[in-house]
Amino acid sequence: MIWYIVRRLLQGIPVFFGSTFIIFTMVFAMPGNPVLRMFGDRTPSPQQIAALEEKFHLDQPFLSRYFLYLGDVLQGDLGTTYAGQSVNEILARTFPTTLRLALLAVLIQLIIGVLAGLISGLRKGGIFDNATLLITLVIISMPVFVFAFVAQWIFGINLGWFRPTVGAGAPWSDLILPAIVLAGLNMAYVVRLTRASVIETNQNDFVRMAYGKGLSRGRVIPVHVLRNSMIPVTTNLAADFGILIVGATVTEGIFNVPGVGNELFKAINRHDTPEIVSIVTILVIVYVLVNIAIDLLYGVLDPRIRYVK
Amino acid sequence: MRISRIAAAAGGVAVAAALVLSGCSSDNGGNGGGSASSGVVNVAWSEPENPLIPANTNEVNGGQVLNNMFAGLVYYKADGSWDYDAAESIESEDYKTWTVKLKADQKFSDGTPVNAESFVNAWQWAAADPELLNQWWFIDAIAFEGGTYDGGENTLALEVIDETTFTVELAEPRADFPVALGYTVFFPLPEVFFEDPEAFGEAPIGNGPYKLGEDGWVHGESLHLVPNETYNGPRKAQNGGLNFKVYATLDAAYADLLSDNVDIVDSVPTSALATFKDDLGDRAVEQASAVFQSFTIQPTLEGFAYDEEGKLRRAAISHAINRAEITEVIFQGTRTPAEDFTSPVIAGFDPEAVEGSEVMEFDPEKAKELWAQADAIRPWSGTFQLAYNADGGHQEWVDATVNSIKNVLGIDAVGLPYPDFAGLRTEVNDRTIKSAFRTGWQFDFPSAANILGALYVTGSGSNDADYSNPEFDKLFRAGLAAIDQDEQSDLFNQSQKYLFEDLPAIPLWYGSVTAGYSTLVDNVEFGWDSWPILHEITKG
Amino acid sequence: MSSKNPVRTAPHFVAEVDEGGLGAVDAVRVSDRKSNLWLDAWRDLRSRWMFWVSAVVIAFIVFVAFFPGVFTDVPPNSNCILSIQNEQQAEEFGLPIGTRVSDHGPIPGHPLGFTKQGCDVFSRIVHGTSTSLSVGVIVTVLVAFMGIVIGAFAGYFGGWIDSLLMRLGDIFFAIPYILAAVVIMSMFLHDRNIWVISLAIGFFSWPSTARILRSEVLRVRNLDYVMASEAIGLSKVRTMFTHVLPNSIAPVIIISTVGLAGAITAEATLSFLGVGLPNNLFMSWGNDISAAQTSLRTAPFTLIYPSIALSITVLAFIMLGETVRDALDPKARATR
Repeated sequence: MIWYIVRRLLQGIPVFFGSTFIIFTMVFAMPGNPVLRMFGDRTPSPQQIAALEEKFHLDQPFLSRYFLYLGDVLQGDLGTTYAGQSVNEILARTFPTTLRLALLAVLIQLIIGVLAGLISGLRKGGIFDNATLLITLVIISMPVFVFAFVAQWIFGINLGWFRPTVGAGAPWSDLILPAIVLAGLNMAYVVRLTRASVIETNQNDFVRMAYGKGLSRGRVIPVHVLRNSMIPVTTNLAADFGILIVGATVTEGIFNVPGVGNELFKAINRHDTPEIVSIVTILVIVYVLVNIAIDLLYGVLDPRIRYVK
Repeated sequence: MRISRIAAAAGGVAVAAALVLSGCSSDNGGNGGGSASSGVVNVAWSEPENPLIPANTNEVNGGQVLNNMFAGLVYYKADGSWDYDAAESIESEDYKTWTVKLKADQKFSDGTPVNAESFVNAWQWAAADPELLNQWWFIDAIAFEGGTYDGGENTLALEVIDETTFTVELAEPRADFPVALGYTVFFPLPEVFFEDPEAFGEAPIGNGPYKLGEDGWVHGESLHLVPNETYNGPRKAQNGGLNFKVYATLDAAYADLLSDNVDIVDSVPTSALATFKDDLGDRAVEQASAVFQSFTIQPTLEGFAYDEEGKLRRAAISHAINRAEITEVIFQGTRTPAEDFTSPVIAGFDPEAVEGSEVMEFDPEKAKELWAQADAIRPWSGTFQLAYNADGGHQEWVDATVNSIKNVLGIDAVGLPYPDFAGLRTEVNDRTIKSAFRTGWQFDFPSAANILGALYVTGSGSNDADYSNPEFDKLFRAGLAAIDQDEQSDLFNQSQKYLFEDLPAIPLWYGSVTAGYSTLVDNVEFGWDSWPILHEITKG
Repeated sequence: MSSKNPVRTAPHFVAEVDEGGLGAVDAVRVSDRKSNLWLDAWRDLRSRWMFWVSAVVIAFIVFVAFFPGVFTDVPPNSNCILSIQNEQQAEEFGLPIGTRVSDHGPIPGHPLGFTKQGCDVFSRIVHGTSTSLSVGVIVTVLVAFMGIVIGAFAGYFGGWIDSLLMRLGDIFFAIPYILAAVVIMSMFLHDRNIWVISLAIGFFSWPSTARILRSEVLRVRNLDYVMASEAIGLSKVRTMFTHVLPNSIAPVIIISTVGLAGAITAEATLSFLGVGLPNNLFMSWGNDISAAQTSLRTAPFTLIYPSIALSITVLAFIMLGETVRDALDPKARATR
């Protein structure tokens, strides 16, 4: 187990170099000179272009730019945006908000999804089962921005239950609506997984045994059925959490959430190489760590899985 | 050209946050006037792209803040006229050498005096560094020691006479020089700036009606200004301070405006253009602004050189665009079809005095006829493409414009979105773009010289269409040096005749301010430059 | 698998990997030679209404994509006018001069009304079908191909190849699709077409397919017939293609139908973010939905109709995926 963790963490090192290199290459491949963008519709003089390209190392060949960047990063400095802001600060500012949003979304999935899945599983083939299936499928068949706009329009503007956009300081209450939207995208899977494993668990001997002992449904379902059905659901939720903390560009944009996805979109529009590469690299690393945690979670939840040395 | 918020911000999505701030603040900042209010005005805003240094700020967000933190030699009134702010007088005998006298006893908010050196040193510093986005202003306007800029060490021809007097020598005579001096780049800088420009960019110290509040600039959230008690100029703050709140989208800002969570939104989102007057009633603002929209065709594009064929085709395209219909339907009447190459809010605007502007009338028959004549010279093949940056909200009018051209001329015409602005400008700059492309100009200072000089004079910085017409240049230069305002306007208007003949850019429409304010504020007025005049607003 | 058939289980020389119903996959039938996983699945599918509904809808959509002319003779992208300007147009549309066609509701001959640009909504939806469908299919094939190849190699060869490919997968998966899309769409700026946008969507989506295939391969690799195949001297690569892959592919087919649906929505989302296909050159539902954003309050139908078309298509593929999953997964069938 320890060896497994150490080995996975050691693999993080090549992942770090690989991802910085791949992302750097991608940003480098984007046509267009970020310097010209800074002047809007005005054309800067050749001296100005040259001076700014030098300032941002844009005049250097690919590899030396990469190593210049890497040198900074290895000293703990994620670089400075073209606008002169520290990327460390930007991440410190945006990441907590995205993290809170992701947590909230997962929590909503856990409560609503598992509950709906449990009822569906216990009464499979019933009206509730079929209705739940249909609703969740309809939600995932909509592009996220349509779903987000519809939710914002109905619950934010027409009914006024929530603020249509996230307000000052991104309080939890404002994050609920975007979290519901994000949760909706994965809800179908949570419901289906819960339902399937509830059905499977229900047929196990120990459940029949529990009923046979004369225990009430109110005791058997939460203690025996649900607990044993949670393994696939938990890992699915953990995986979704991993995806969500990488930032939900569209949802964050529509609801004005000051998170990572939003900041990254802005950086991409600016061709801000240091900012893009640093943010994405951090996201990759976070994602890899979450994945390791998920794999470990499997083992904790399901003792049948053993880790190879 | 200031980079407008719309051009710079991502179309639908970008970052934002907002800081908790109560509607009212007890901090009265020492306002003297009896009519002053104490409320802090919340202004919808986006994060500036650069540090807050006058010479390095060329977009509206940073510009708005600096404009309220600094007092230049002159300032602009709502109608586009100017008056002295920090200066007592700006005079010249030959319009080449100007003598600037400052008002006495002015101070920066850190207590240091505002003197001739504050201006001269700031300008010299800015002119010497090509990394600064606004450096070109000095190169274009002011003479250098020994003549012109050599790209390196030489300094501006400025001379400090005494504590409150300095002289400026221009590259060529300009009667309207004082007008330009209200622009951000000409603001003075205190001594502390030169010790650490970087730190200054985060927390500027100015001589204007406001200074940075205690919370200062919280990146990604807000920027807080409080009235500056040391300011004694004409733009005294009438409120308890300004809180610039960062919004990612105009939609988000507008939603907050409807619920009074923000007081000033200087641009209504496209989705609300049809409804904002109903939503806001008399709190809706719609007025002409100094924005000129056009598209440009480089002469390297096949069929569009400045020859007989190219001129015919340019004129045919122009006649084929139904500007009135597009501004009415797509922009809900919030744009006005262009009648010249400047703007209605600019002094001397007089479409009657401009010859040749009938080329902008929608005339399908004429358009077809001219196109056919061009085809007779050389047949047309291919697709007329109009490029735009997809992140700037231009798709609707571009689509409507190309549809109009397509329907009238019967040729293939399509809009060509570039994923980002940098990609588009790079091809424009390298002259490799293979299509027409959208261009726009937001005036930096209220004079026709600003746009005509920057875009169409031979060899000028932003002459993307490589336009060169000696006749136009001659009239423009004569206008620049004209002593009398009327004479200058007259010459500028005459010069546009050549622009309409050659159409280096095809004018489309003038922009408008479409803005709104909350129920909590009064005295809201928008200036010629589309900016709300923030120091006049009262609240609470 | 009906329990009536006698089943002979091959003796195991290694510990059984899966103690659940999945072990049934390596059961070998002797009596019924026609019975295999795929045939059983087909029998199972035939009896499901959800399968038939989705199959009919998909067949219809494919027909529309190939023959849009059957459904509308209004051109989708020409003769778009903002308002009625002259007698000729007034007669053609049956509307008085000066009427706004932009965002106008239905009139005879134009059953779903007009977009903001004055184009026929119905015609644009019909003609947009092929774009959305093509993107879905191309992306699915691309993702399945990359996922299968990479997943198979990782799973079958294991060791450092496995680690390398899976970590590469982590990187690719964590790279935000918006970055990938902007980069690829800008690189092919002047040749943007359905192939390019499919590449933009698909090129970074293979890791999840690869991961699933890898775990299937890991399972199948330890089964007896694979060992037998290697024992009789077949090369590793040959074994992989003849024995391992065919027995690992079922989950990929399931995930692909859902992925196809996902690709169609992804095209729409990229349009929304401003990095989709040029909207004047390509009719696509995504373009229409994203262009209708600004009319949401004044003419919501311009957004709703293409959204419905997209949702029905996506729903059909998701339902197909659901039924195929149930049919292919013996465990799910057993517990249904």
